Amino acid sequence: MNPTRKRRMTVIGLILAAVGIATALGVVALTQNVTYLYTPVEVLQGKVPADARFRLGGMVKADSIKRATDSLKVEFVTTDGDADMTVEYHGILPDLFREKQSVIATGKMDNGRFVATEVLAKHDETYVPRDVADAMAKAHAKHEVKDAPAPQKQ
Amino acid sequence: MNPLVLWFHKLGSPPYFYRFAGRLVPWFWAAALILGAIGLYGGLVLAPKDYQQGDAYRIIFIHVPSAWMSLFIYAFMAVNGFIALVWRIKLSETLAMAAAPVGAAFTFVCLATGAIWGKPMWGTWWTWDARLTSELVLLFLYLGVIGLYHAIEDRRQAARAAAFLALIGIVNLPIVHFSVKWWNTLHQGSTVKLFGPSLIDSRMLWPLLVMAIATKFVFAASLLSRARVDLLELESGKEWARAEADAAEGRA
Repeated sequence: MNPTRKRRMTVIGLILAAVGIATALGVVALTQNVTYLYTPVEVLQGKVPADARFRLGGMVKADSIKRATDSLKVEFVTTDGDADMTVEYHGILPDLFREKQSVIATGKMDNGRFVATEVLAKHDETYVPRDVADAMAKAHAKHEVKDAPAPQKQ
Repeated sequence: MNPLVLWFHKLGSPPYFYRFAGRLVPWFWAAALILGAIGLYGGLVLAPKDYQQGDAYRIIFIHVPSAWMSLFIYAFMAVNGFIALVWRIKLSETLAMAAAPVGAAFTFVCLATGAIWGKPMWGTWWTWDARLTSELVLLFLYLGVIGLYHAIEDRRQAARAAAFLALIGIVNLPIVHFSVKWWNTLHQGSTVKLFGPSLIDSRMLWPLLVMAIATKFVFAASLLSRARVDLLELESGKEWARAEADAAEGRA
């Protein structure tokens, strides 16, 4: 390799290394500081400033969904396994919203309840055909296996 | 010289590449069409419904291959940019610049299909989570490379400046890929894994992989067509380009 090409390669390599290190440091800092969501236990521990709008993430507890008959008001309990939190919401819920599904609600705390202005459903990374899921559920019921916990990344 | 190395050197010469690519392009389009038809039929008709999303999940047969291509093409562009910067090979400059609009298109398709799926499933078109934001940054990087290339008068200088931007932007690729691991995101984690079992049923997986190969051919065909035109323009003063133009006129 001739010296000019070697020099160009070194310069480009150094610049790339510098940018790479800067980005890596930025990413490390951001993973520590930027939280897309808080879980109920973090909220109860007081990690969220009062009156702040934030995202609450958790799994919808089984049998906790209460719908009002005369309005779009919905109440449900989210859990992260360690703590529960009641969420209140007026509006249309996404298709994937159901029991034992991860949801992300945006809103703020009001007297120990979380009043949401937006509720998003989080999808997990598994894709299963309906017949396989039914067969698995049947087998689980037959052998009295508890539902496998949904894959969580919280 | 080793015949393979000799062939590789010959491929670097614009007239040789022009003719070689011209022969490949129709085959690549044919492969893309056939594989795309098989993949879409497999995905939209043969694959069973998902247990939670029903039919709505079928958008992954477009969304996921596009997302893979957005990263793949960026890496291709950056590698060619690197070669262009160090060895000043004209063909690499042309290939890097011809890849950018194709990559931008795939990135746009990925973002658009994601938004269309996100509205009914998540409940929102858009959210500023790490995966979505880093993919949007990738689109802006593509647009930046295209913009910079067209902002400078001298074609070869323009290509080198844009190649430099493309090369720097490569730091975004691992961020896009690992964003779902490093942060709590609304976007789900990776389903198809290179190492370890994939979290998708095999009846849904094969159309996805066929589509991934089909999009590779779309890219290859599109890239070679674009590169041929760019080379002809770049070398318009040279004898071979004039001969090609005359031959094309004779055919018309």
